[in-house]
Order: sequence, then C-alpha cells, then structure tokens
Amino acid sequence: MQRICLRVNGREMELLGEPRLTLLDALRERLGLTGTKKVCDMGDCGACTVLIDGKAMYSCLILATDCQSEAITTIEGVGNGSLDPIQQAFIDCDALQCGYCTPGQVMSLKALFDADPEPGDLEIERAVAGNLCRCGTYLNILAAAREVRGTAAVSRGAP
Amino acid sequence: MERLQAWGDGATLRSVGKAVPRADAAAKVTGSAVYTSDVRPKGLLYARVLRSPHAHARVKDINCTALVAMPGVRAVLTRADAKGIGWYQDSEIYPETVHFLGDEVAAVAAETDDIASDAVRAITVTYEALPHVVEGADSVASGAPRVREGGNTGEEPKVTERGDSAAAFATDGTVTVEAEYTTQRAVHNSLEPHGTTAAWDGEHLTLWDSTQAVFAVQRGVAEALGLPLHNVRVIKQYMGGGFGAKQIAWKNACIAALLARKAGQPVQLMLDREAENLAAGHRNATRQRVRLCADRDGHLLAIGAHIEQDVGAYQTGGEASDTAGPYLVHYRCSNVRTEQVTVFTNTGPAVAFRAPGYAEAAFALESAMDELARELDLDPLELRRRNYAETDQVKDKPYTTPGGLAAAYEAAASAFGWDEQREPDHGRVRRGRGVAVQVWGGSGFPPAGAMVKWNPDGSVEVASGTQDIGTGTRTALAQIAAEELGVDVRCVAVHLGDTAWGLYAPTSAGSATLASVGPAVRAAAANARNELLDHAAEMLGVERSLLRATGARVECGDRGISVAEVLKDAAPRIFSGTGHREPNPEDHAVRSFGVQMAEVEVDTEVGEVRLLRLVTAQESGRVVNPALLRSQVLGGVTQGVGFALTEEQVFDHRLGVPLNANLEEYLVPTAAEAVPLEFVPVHMPDGTANSVGAKGIGEPPIIGTAPAIANAIYDATGIRFRSLPITRRRLLDALAEMQ
Repeated sequence: MQRICLRVNGREMELLGEPRLTLLDALRERLGLTGTKKVCDMGDCGACTVLIDGKAMYSCLILATDCQSEAITTIEGVGNGSLDPIQQAFIDCDALQCGYCTPGQVMSLKALFDADPEPGDLEIERAVAGNLCRCGTYLNILAAAREVRGTAAVSRGAP
Repeated sequence: MERLQAWGDGATLRSVGKAVPRADAAAKVTGSAVYTSDVRPKGLLYARVLRSPHAHARVKDINCTALVAMPGVRAVLTRADAKGIGWYQDSEIYPETVHFLGDEVAAVAAETDDIASDAVRAITVTYEALPHVVEGADSVASGAPRVREGGNTGEEPKVTERGDSAAAFATDGTVTVEAEYTTQRAVHNSLEPHGTTAAWDGEHLTLWDSTQAVFAVQRGVAEALGLPLHNVRVIKQYMGGGFGAKQIAWKNACIAALLARKAGQPVQLMLDREAENLAAGHRNATRQRVRLCADRDGHLLAIGAHIEQDVGAYQTGGEASDTAGPYLVHYRCSNVRTEQVTVFTNTGPAVAFRAPGYAEAAFALESAMDELARELDLDPLELRRRNYAETDQVKDKPYTTPGGLAAAYEAAASAFGWDEQREPDHGRVRRGRGVAVQVWGGSGFPPAGAMVKWNPDGSVEVASGTQDIGTGTRTALAQIAAEELGVDVRCVAVHLGDTAWGLYAPTSAGSATLASVGPAVRAAAANARNELLDHAAEMLGVERSLLRATGARVECGDRGISVAEVLKDAAPRIFSGTGHREPNPEDHAVRSFGVQMAEVEVDTEVGEVRLLRLVTAQESGRVVNPALLRSQVLGGVTQGVGFALTEEQVFDHRLGVPLNANLEEYLVPTAAEAVPLEFVPVHMPDGTANSVGAKGIGEPPIIGTAPAIANAIYDATGIRFRSLPITRRRLLDALAEMQ
C-alpha cells in the first residue's frame, strides 16, 4: 500500500492503494466518484473516460499512482453545479437511454469541445468512436454534439 | 374490473403524445444516477466468482487453504456452503458437474476488487474433464457427448399445425422454395453487467440488483434461501441495459446474499465483462429448415419450418423462445406446420434477447419470402401484399388494428421510394435494397398495479413495482398520470423498482411494460381524482354525480371550485388511488406491425457493406412520447445491424472455449456505424387493446433489420446469405466463390 495524491475536479484527494490500483478503481472504490463507469476494464468501451490534463483517457488503463501530477476531471466535475451545454444537448436530443455510457460520452465530447469549439462532423464521430452505447443512441449522440457546435458558434458570433 | 374508456382517436391530449424530455435524463448526464454498481453501503466488500475453465467437467476437489492467510479476504463460498440450493430449472448454485466454460464454482468477498481477484485465483480446483459439445448441430448428431442426463434435446418437439401442409406441398403446378437458415449465438452485452449489492439487517435482506424484474429476483432469492418474501427487499433504480438478459433471478443475487451473510458485511458482486459474455445469457443459436409453397400468382399455399434452438446447458426459464411465431402470423396461409426442438450444448444458458425467437425466425422467413419472390419474378413487397393477414390465424380472431401492417407497407414504401425505377449495377460498388416484415405482441396484460397520490400542494406521486430499464417508463407513466389528472407533467414524480412498496407489476420484457402498467396508472389516477371529487361535493354541498372535473377546476353547473382549493381544504389528508390493469379484449388479438426497408452499397473488391438507408415504419398503437418512441426504434435497429453484420460469439469447438468473450472481439456497433435510420411512425391509437391505447415498441424494431439487410445484399450482389452474421470475411469468401 502506498499513499497516492490525486487532484480530481480541482480538489486534492489522498488515498492508500496498491501500485496496481487503476485510476478507475481509485475514483469509484476509494473516492466515491461513481459517475465514471466500469464496463470492460480493458480499454474496449470508453465508459470510464475522464479528462487528464484536458485529454480524454480511459481511466481503466491508467494506474492511479501514475497521474499524481496531472489534473483529473470526472463527470462530477463537469458543469459546475449547472448543466454543461453538452449535457443539456444530450437531454434535448434524447442522446441516452439506460445512461450507463453517458458520462463517458459526455467526457469524450468535453475534451473535444474544450480543444476545438467548432469541430467538423468527422471530428465529432472520432471523438465518440471509442465510446460504446449498447442502447444504440449514436445518431442522437452525434446530433447532440452538432447542437453544441451550433450554440457555441452562435454565441461567439454575437457581439 | 371496470375499464376506463380509451381516449378517442382525435382526443386533444395535453401530456400524452408530447415529446416530454426523459424524467431521469439530468441524473444520467451528470453521473449522479445510482446504479447497482454505484451503491456504496458502509463496509462494502467486493466479490469475484471462480468459474469453470472447462466446458464440461466434474468438480472433484476445491482447496481454499491458500486464502486463509490472505489479508483482506472476508468470505469464501463453495459448494460445501451452498449444498442443496437449487438454481436454474434443475441445477444448483454450485453444481457438482460444471456444464459450460464459465459455470460457477466458488466465490470470494474481499476488501477490494483486486484482492478478490487474487483470492479466486488462489483457489485450487481439481476437475475431471468430460467430453463436451458446443454446437447445436453437433449435439443432435449420433454419438455426441451427453450434455445432460436427460439427453441433448428437450422433451417432445413442439408442433403447431393448421390445415394440411403435407397435401398442399404436394400440389401440382406450384412453386416451392426450401432452404436451411442459421442464426448465431448473440450476446446482450449490456454495459452494466449483471450484478447485485447485498446487505443484511438481521434476517432482513436488501438486494440492489441490476434487473428487469425486481419481483422475480425477490422470489428467486427468497425461495433459494428459505426466507419469507417480506424479508427480501429488491431495489432497482437505474440499470445499465438489459435487453432481456436481466429478466430472471440470476445466481449473482443469491451468491452476493450468501457472501454478505457469511462476511457479516454488505457485498457487491458485479460480473466482469468476460463472465457477462460467458454466463449471463445470450440469444439462442438456431437452425431453421424452411419450405414455402405458392401458386403462380404468389399466394402462399403452405409454410413449413423445422426449428432447432440451442439453449445452452441449462434452462433458465427465460430461454424458451417462440421461434415458430412469425411463421404462424406474418402471412395469410391456411396450411402451416412448425416444429420446434430444444437442443442442449455445453455453453452458457440462453435467455431471451430483444424479440426472442422473432428476430431469428424473421431472418429465415423473410429471406425465404425474398427467395420466393425471385422465383416467381414478383416484387418482394408485392408478394407480401398478396399474402396479407387481417386476422390472427393462431387465435382465430381479428386484430385490433387489422390495417396496421398495410399502413406500414405504404408508409415505408413511400418514404423509401420503393416503387421508383432503378438501373441495375454492374460495377465494383453495387447498390441493393431489401424489405422485411416485423410483427410482435406488445399488448401488455394483467396483473399490473400502480398507486397515485395527489398531494396538498398539487404535486402527484406515482408508485409501481415496475422498472424503467432505460426505455423511458418513468417519463411515460408521468405523462399518463398528468393527462388523467389534468396537471402539468413536471408536477408528477414516478417511483419505481422497489418490492417494499411497489404494487406488483410484471417483468419489464416482451415490450409489455407501457401497455401493462400505463392503464394501471391511468386507473389509479382516476381513483385519486374520485376521492378529490367526493371531497369537492362535500365542500360545495352538491350531489357527487353532478360534479365534473375539467382540468384545474371542479364544476357543477355554474358553481365551481379550483382543484387547488379542494386539495388544500382536505390537507393534511392526501387523495390517493390504486389502479390495476384491465383484462385484454377477449374477441380480438392484439399485435403491432412494422416493415423495414434497407438500401445497401456493397464494395465487391473489399467486401464492405455500407448501409445507405434503413427505413422503418411501425405501428404501435397510441404514441405516448414520440421522442422516446423514436429512440427505442433507433436502438432496436442498431442492435439489428449488429445481429446482421458483426455480432457472434465464436467457439473453439475442440476445446469448448469461447474466443471473443470481450468487447474488443465481440463486435457491437459503434458510432462509426451509426444507423442512417428513417423512422416513419404509423399513428393508430388502439383503444380496443387497452385504456391508454398504447402497445410496446422495445422489440419490434430489431425483428426486420437483419433480413432487410440480407435481402438488400442479395439484391446488390446476387449472393444469398442464409447464415448470420454476414461478416466481411463471409462476404469476401462468397464473392471469391462467385468469380
């Protein structure tokens, strides 16, 4: 067991864990941040996607001890108490059914839009191509992402 | 039971029929929705299951001594602790003989998931390997290893016959097509695996279970552990997908409960992805020998189908798909004979997967219809039109919506442009189109109950023991209650998924939830309003029978009072009502009807199939929420595309080992394969079916997808695929053979 210090959603957090502890298990089992989901635990599905220094990463493939100097953002850290435009667009476009993949989908798009507020359709598709949705809502997820792009463009166009 | 009159076809409704956003969407997009895997009672332990590495073996010895010294291990469970606890229809929690790779052998609860994984690996088991068979066709061959003591097939073939098909097939001057079709073992692969969080409080057990059926889990675990039902509370608030796989009580609920009792601490047992693929249900693989016979004008004279379905090693109670169904209902035909045989193999137990039986049979029958159309040189849609069934030929009753399928044919044909002329393709990339029919039940049924409370502040609470499995049940039930009471849907909270206070409602399966529970909610709301009217009559000093509720007011001639005043006057009393689902009509059969049309492009050099368009027209009674309806169709068709082109659990037959028990090699559709769906709803409120007029939509959209695509691939290439999935490799092999 070793002490692991993580900066999650702007807060310093400390926990005891074995070196093999994944970031996903650290978040879910130790820090109670269960919005990030465990589905395959081997990098196949994207449900555990979080942001590490702004990049979308599978938290099941990263050891907690290896991200002690990075800024980690989970779904709990998105929106600051209100809904992020991505989350609102998911609601408006019914881009979810069971909701289990949804936090991962939102995080993948969050990384995309933070880096590029006006991504092309192909960039959007690529951003969520690693996030499985077994309910099959992909068309609506892509529509939600396009809606976010629309609002971002409009708000920037205003004086 | 008195039935409420259905809303009229042209009734002006304020909540029902509106695209109200999902009631639980905010909880889901923010990650605050608590799923079974997210429940964190104090002192929670994590469990892992040791599974058989053999497809068939006798468990001779289990040695757990290495676990004694392992820090963090809190409870171990083997056959020795669970002897005599029955499971499946004729097995045990930990069977003496394991019957498939993945069968349960032992389990451990530990302080962390990592420690639990180490611990199950430290258990030493001595197996005596037995001969196995993993393919249905091999299992029925002579000399096959014996899967079960009773033999490798179920009791008697299930035969359904009407007319005299043998005589009809023998008629001169007719056209016959005959072929064998096979469908694959497909895995639900819900993203949240099967799992349970179990906590004891004395002799009272609480189970948070990822289930489509809280009452089935309650009954299953109570019976297994010998507990009275009221000592077992099952809760399911949010669930990460089910698609049929979670409609029975699975071993994980019982194992978690036993481990928690032994450890004296709550235990969470979520299956890992491999176990989810091995031991948590899958769609039956089928082999179907189909014969169709028609006269020269394309009128069907006889249909014959011999169906073998592989149910795996055990009977779960949810594996017996009605694969004969489509042969008996899709088309008008006086002479039909179906024969359905259950086959056992050393593979995980099968359980219903979205439109069980119907998706498999529709691939065979709708492909055979396409073959017949080619044989007759008839347009495939025209052939279907000529064999239109206006009545349910199994029940010998008229349908509640006899024009449903005809309307779907025309709506789909018009949206697709089916009748437009086309130039034949001869180049490298060829286009083709295909059509397939989908018929399903989805009528709902009693018993199903609900309660409605109308609070003094005007807010409304609906409670039922049903569950929202991601389809939008919470939202649709809120709309129905709001409609009946004349309140805004935002004033309605819906509480579901708890055996402790929920009135009985059926398993969320069969596309039956809305049509079962919806009318119960409506009846409950009407009864709550009756209490309000009784009170208003006293307040106004008038005859109760003279009162009318009109939206926000209660009126009697020129006198009136607002609902808000009545609610306030009665406070702290709360008006309430219970409601139950009325029986289905006796003189009608209830079905929902749809059609799918696919346009594909096949690259004959690289074997790539591109889906250009998938048009789905579907009749499903009254639409309660068009946005949720479309989402269900989108989901069903998307899974249908996976069934058609990529999804298949592959076995090494010699070793009995599944080769792709993961999400890397078991290929579910991704965003890159987002389906170009064009959905055409066919509006046909079905007031004869039930008081809401709604029918289910979850399953129908998956039924026609695979055959529509297969028929389109034939149209493009001239290659008839009679086995699913039509993978790129199979397509390339077929293209190579053609040259």
